[in-house]
Amino acid sequence: MRYSGLRVITEGLFGNRGWRPAWRDPAPKAEYDAIIIGGGGHGLSTAYYLARNHGLTNVAVLEKGYLGSGNIGRNTTIVRANYFLPGNSEFYSHSLKLWEKLELELNYNVMHSQRGLINLFHSDGQRDAFARRGNAMINQGDDAILLDRDGVRDLLPYLDFDNTRFPIYGGLLHPRGGTARHDAVAWGYARAADKRGVDLIQNCEVTGIDVQNGRVTGVQTTRGAIRAKKVGIVVAGRSSQVAAMAGLRLPIESHILQAFVTEGLKPVIDHVISFGMGHFYISQSDKGGLVFGGDLDFYASYAARGNLPMVEHVMEAGMTLMPMIGRARVLRSWGGIMDMSPDGSPIIDKTPVDGLYIDCGWNYGGFKAVPASGWCMAHLMATGESHEVARRFRLNRFATGHLLDEEGTGSQHNLH
Amino acid sequence: MRLTCPHCGPRDRREFYYYGASEYLNRPGPEAAPDAWDSYLHLRDNPAGVTQDLWYHEQGCTAWLKVTRNTVTHEILAVEAVAGGTK
Amino acid sequence: MRIDGKGRIDRTRPVTFTFDGKAYPAYRGDTLASALIANDVRLVGRSFKYHRPRGILTAGSEEPNALVEIVGPANVTPNTRATVQEVFEGLVARSQNRWPSLGLDLMAVNDLAAPFFSAGFYYKTFMWPRRFWEGLYEPMIRRAAGLGRLSGRHDEGVYEKAWAHCDLLVIGSGPAGLMAALAAGRAGADVILADEGAEPGGRLLSDGDAPAWLGEVLAELESLPNVRVMTRTTVTGAYDDGTFGALERVGLHRRPRPNLPRECFWRIVARRSILAAGALERPIAFQNNDRPGIMMAGALSAYLNRYGVVPGKAITLFANNDGARQTARGLMAAGLTVSAIIDSREDAPDEPGTTVHKGAVVIDAKGRHGLTEITVRKGAGEFRIATDCLGLSGGWNPSVHLTCHLNGRPRWSDDLAAFVPSEGAVPGMVAAGAANGSFSTHGCLAAGLAAAAQSLAALGMTVPEVALPAAEDAPYRLSPLWAVPGRKRAWLDFANDVTVKDVALSAQEGYRSVEHMKRYTTQGMAPDQGKNSNVAALAVLADATGRGIAETGTTTFRPPYTPVSIAAMGAGGRAEGFAPQRFLTSDQASRDRGAPMIEAGLWYRPGYFPKPGETTWRQACDREVVMVRSSVGVTDVSTLGKIDIQGKDAGRFLDLVYTNTFSTLPVGRARYGLMLREDGHVLDDGTTARLAEDHWLMTTTTAAAGLVMRHLDFVQQAFCAGWDVRFISVTEAWAQFAVAGPVARDLIASALGHTPGLPFMGCMDVTIQGVAGRLFRISFSGEEGYEIAVPTRFGEALFRDLTARAETMGGGLYGMEALNVLRIEKGFITHAEIHGRTTAFDIGMDKMISPKKDCIGKAAAARPGMTGPEREQLVGLKPLTDSALTAGAHLFAQGADLTRENSSGYVTSVGYSPTLGSFLALGFLRNGRARQGETIRLVDRLRGVDVLCLVTDPVFHDPTGEKLRA
Repeated sequence: MRYSGLRVITEGLFGNRGWRPAWRDPAPKAEYDAIIIGGGGHGLSTAYYLARNHGLTNVAVLEKGYLGSGNIGRNTTIVRANYFLPGNSEFYSHSLKLWEKLELELNYNVMHSQRGLINLFHSDGQRDAFARRGNAMINQGDDAILLDRDGVRDLLPYLDFDNTRFPIYGGLLHPRGGTARHDAVAWGYARAADKRGVDLIQNCEVTGIDVQNGRVTGVQTTRGAIRAKKVGIVVAGRSSQVAAMAGLRLPIESHILQAFVTEGLKPVIDHVISFGMGHFYISQSDKGGLVFGGDLDFYASYAARGNLPMVEHVMEAGMTLMPMIGRARVLRSWGGIMDMSPDGSPIIDKTPVDGLYIDCGWNYGGFKAVPASGWCMAHLMATGESHEVARRFRLNRFATGHLLDEEGTGSQHNLH
Repeated sequence: MRLTCPHCGPRDRREFYYYGASEYLNRPGPEAAPDAWDSYLHLRDNPAGVTQDLWYHEQGCTAWLKVTRNTVTHEILAVEAVAGGTK
Repeated sequence: MRIDGKGRIDRTRPVTFTFDGKAYPAYRGDTLASALIANDVRLVGRSFKYHRPRGILTAGSEEPNALVEIVGPANVTPNTRATVQEVFEGLVARSQNRWPSLGLDLMAVNDLAAPFFSAGFYYKTFMWPRRFWEGLYEPMIRRAAGLGRLSGRHDEGVYEKAWAHCDLLVIGSGPAGLMAALAAGRAGADVILADEGAEPGGRLLSDGDAPAWLGEVLAELESLPNVRVMTRTTVTGAYDDGTFGALERVGLHRRPRPNLPRECFWRIVARRSILAAGALERPIAFQNNDRPGIMMAGALSAYLNRYGVVPGKAITLFANNDGARQTARGLMAAGLTVSAIIDSREDAPDEPGTTVHKGAVVIDAKGRHGLTEITVRKGAGEFRIATDCLGLSGGWNPSVHLTCHLNGRPRWSDDLAAFVPSEGAVPGMVAAGAANGSFSTHGCLAAGLAAAAQSLAALGMTVPEVALPAAEDAPYRLSPLWAVPGRKRAWLDFANDVTVKDVALSAQEGYRSVEHMKRYTTQGMAPDQGKNSNVAALAVLADATGRGIAETGTTTFRPPYTPVSIAAMGAGGRAEGFAPQRFLTSDQASRDRGAPMIEAGLWYRPGYFPKPGETTWRQACDREVVMVRSSVGVTDVSTLGKIDIQGKDAGRFLDLVYTNTFSTLPVGRARYGLMLREDGHVLDDGTTARLAEDHWLMTTTTAAAGLVMRHLDFVQQAFCAGWDVRFISVTEAWAQFAVAGPVARDLIASALGHTPGLPFMGCMDVTIQGVAGRLFRISFSGEEGYEIAVPTRFGEALFRDLTARAETMGGGLYGMEALNVLRIEKGFITHAEIHGRTTAFDIGMDKMISPKKDCIGKAAAARPGMTGPEREQLVGLKPLTDSALTAGAHLFAQGADLTRENSSGYVTSVGYSPTLGSFLALGFLRNGRARQGETIRLVDRLRGVDVLCLVTDPVFHDPTGEKLRA
């Protein structure tokens, strides 16, 4: 069933009775060519691109809860390609290009909105670091504009320029940065993957990974054993647990990141704004809520909820940066569980077990990576080779010292 | 969230700095193989359940603490000073 | 209209407020909602999506419809619940989300287009052409969406944060909470009783005339010094280990005063807690059930009994339980007409004084701007009843919200047809009364007492004697009814305009999980967080998917319980409050000389010291650099971290934390040290001096002072707890000034009264004008340099003294800008270079990793990726022509395309060197050390810089160090 404005009108005229399910609800088969563990954004996009790019359609996505029940539905929806280290630059650049065609690709409006992202800086040193970043973005073929204080004031007149702890020196504008409707990304990929024949199996928890003679042979689930010669672990937030089923110990520590949304407000913030001194970022959703977040709670956790110190810190950052939001009321706060890696960059790689692949370690940058992560994981699973834009996301790079540490904070997992 | 510092008593989480798993205490010797260092620095059991990790009472007595707690419920089960009773 | 003789308002204190520009009378004690009802204002808002006319639905903070903007003298507060906002003289309120007016809202055209605005319609359209999304569709959607408006002005209001600690936090002061607080108070526990209402009592104030014992209990609580009653205080979140967030409305109910906080956000730490937050009545969905004039039955009671107002003359009720009968009796007792009770239960009891239509349901409501008539179906027959107010009661939902905040899932009770708290969902918390599903007043009183007993036992306290007041104990008797079938739209979530059809469509399209339904339809995501609608929506979903409610599951409630302003939770963060400010002892002296102060971490440091006639910072900076190179300059370096280290094993300890060896350093000497993180990257650098055999002083960079202290504490406590070494930060204890330049020695001699015979990298105790201090011969400028330290209290005096002496010698002060140029000329690194990704190899210091000993980071620094020609290495860069350079530029081989693949390095620091008459830069270049002498292209595409540079050694000035050692 193709979605379109015309279809919305004709269905509307006939009581919306003709809309069919966005995806099937199949029972798991005994065997697939490939199994993706995890029906989140990355897992669904992996399945979609396996089918689309590699013609692999005898594929199952196994999801222990409901589709999109992980971080794809718990993030602050920011989409950007503003990395500066080779390895990250080309990957996120590729991802942004996929985002820019995603609606038409999936026939699903994921509301990707290139509202422009502004990273503010507050010292000469930060400006230099952002200049390096901006130049790297341009060298990669993406866009970046260095704004001085007046340039920022023109775009964001409501910031506090006069009476703040860390005065605004300027900002790095990434015009193609923006936001998207997070759930819609999961649903769009799910629907498109289903249409190409992928089985999306919900409420199916993987309880074991079958390995014989160093090769993966299938998985055990709450809905029975399923055989497959290729299995992809795409379960950020639970990566360590699932990998442990195959005897792997990952360079991952799980942490909570909280996020917040206010009650609906008429349009007041048009961009995505990131305040480096306070670890605060904010945008306004199409529904009108201010969506914002800050840093990790910083202690290892699987609780998907946080505590007050970071809540208050985030609010304080908002108040020093843009006190005009003071009277907006926070409606809801929540937490996502982040796969924190020792250099802040992800892993898309083979594992020591033949046929077992892993896509994990997204820290808190996973949402914008969804298209390229699926694209590259599918490439890896289909061809056995790393995709060229993901070739540095190796599992063993910590052992070898080939790190991708954008923050420069070192091997401590929670500092990225 | 509150931790009971063995020196200072129960204090709010915001007084403490979090480092990571208590594995950081088991520093390999200088002659250890690279794998041991990789494991020490990067690889983690990362349990969904009881874990031991390291906290620093930065805004208190500056003791490093080994905390036994549950990563799912956030229950704190035990707190002891890394350096024993002295600081 | 107002009812004589009813209500708790203060009729001796009339006030006037305005709503949408029209003035109305009210009394102190009214909420905006009760005051509007008193003045027969029925239309108060417009719905989110369809802009349907809406009236007041509830009498509490769960209100989904009556959200208004409060216009203050300085700013506007949007999305304020009229049911919570108390009226005061001069209050100005206005409706929101309508244009041009509340009565005539042109956006109401959406209501006509509703068939095309079904759940999730926007995911299926607006995709083509691609560029129309940002240009047309999205701006249109954004303008239509949203509720109230922020003014865009800074919120200059006063907000507070505070801490409170107690043995027992009682949340809610209805019958259960009062009994709990009374028992715990008598037992001697430190009790906080928090209630979101303006006065304690909860439902006792709403259900009827307040019982006489209420006053006695409140008086006793007031008299107990260990009990603190906090009204207008909503406990908004439960967090770990007995920590709660709570919002107190301190000044919102009165005329604004300059220093009166608007709100206070409390962090309450409680050893035990009792959730006695009551229950929320739920609507029943039927066609057009959102007409203004349709209200919760319990709200009708509250308006009558608390405020003495009723919203209609011919009142009807629609219920599926006995609870609404109390409302009917109350209304009739006050002399009002209850035209009929439509009761969905076939076996519903009769009610004297009114007609009960048993086994009947309301199937439609008329009256776009105010209810005029309902249509009732009973069996096969339908009839109409004229009514201007319909009270709804679909039963009650216990306020389980706080018990969900730690991921607890409430339990479905078939008996109550509601979710009840799971025991132990919040450690230390007991739910009691209606919040736990016991709905009669007697049940609440008894449950409150029992909860207190349980909590006191856990606290090790004895339960005192408390007599339960007599109260009603009527059974609840409910027969579930969630939605009345109908052809047109029946509302579940009033605030987000989610209808029964939307939920059914969601299931039809495969969004069958409760979370999918919520996210697809936006059910429960509006300002009331689904308080009025979630359970009914679940029931509709369960029905549509052929599952039971328990099996369908529930979405969870997240903090905060009611929305909390960012300003309250962020109190203290405004302006300079966001982070501590650290000031040098020379701060005032620097400001006196017109120096602009620059943030350096938390510190403020002088940028430069302008002289008359200088119009740009560069003029001052150039002059200061020349001054240091030619005579003498003084600058405050107290921001550097200083760590005093003592003990027999201190040298051994330093050998472990530094890459190079310190234990061999003679007393009276200092040494440059390089410190790595355990992952092999550079953590920090600095000099450490040996003051005595077992006494050392380490300096760190300004940026890494805290980091290094924490690192040392870890290394010492984790790996060498048995060693004889102790250390402490003395950064704030000493003021330290650098004196540098060819005549630095003369200045030092003049200040000390004698010439210190101090070799390069020497240190000694000195007495300077009677004050014991320390003198180090170290340099960050490349000139002969000293740093002189005195206890902080003498810092300013010494600074002024050194400045005066320098000026008599042709020297003077220099600031951060000149300091930066001086160090670039000399190739000294800062955290611009050691930015966390740098190895010792990268900065040419791999030889400093002693092969003779272990040190932190040594093993990891030996990984293959940490060294080698592929790595970018520190180099100097000098433009071939007279050109400005920029930090952040990238480096390319000549002739290479400007692509990511070809970028072979970047610039970290630049400065104009008046000494060399050229811009200079430090940067990292792939295999850079081997490429000295090469010409390379420096390109900053952000700023249009494209300059050919010579790759050089990073040390531009005095490469042999003759000046240093002079």
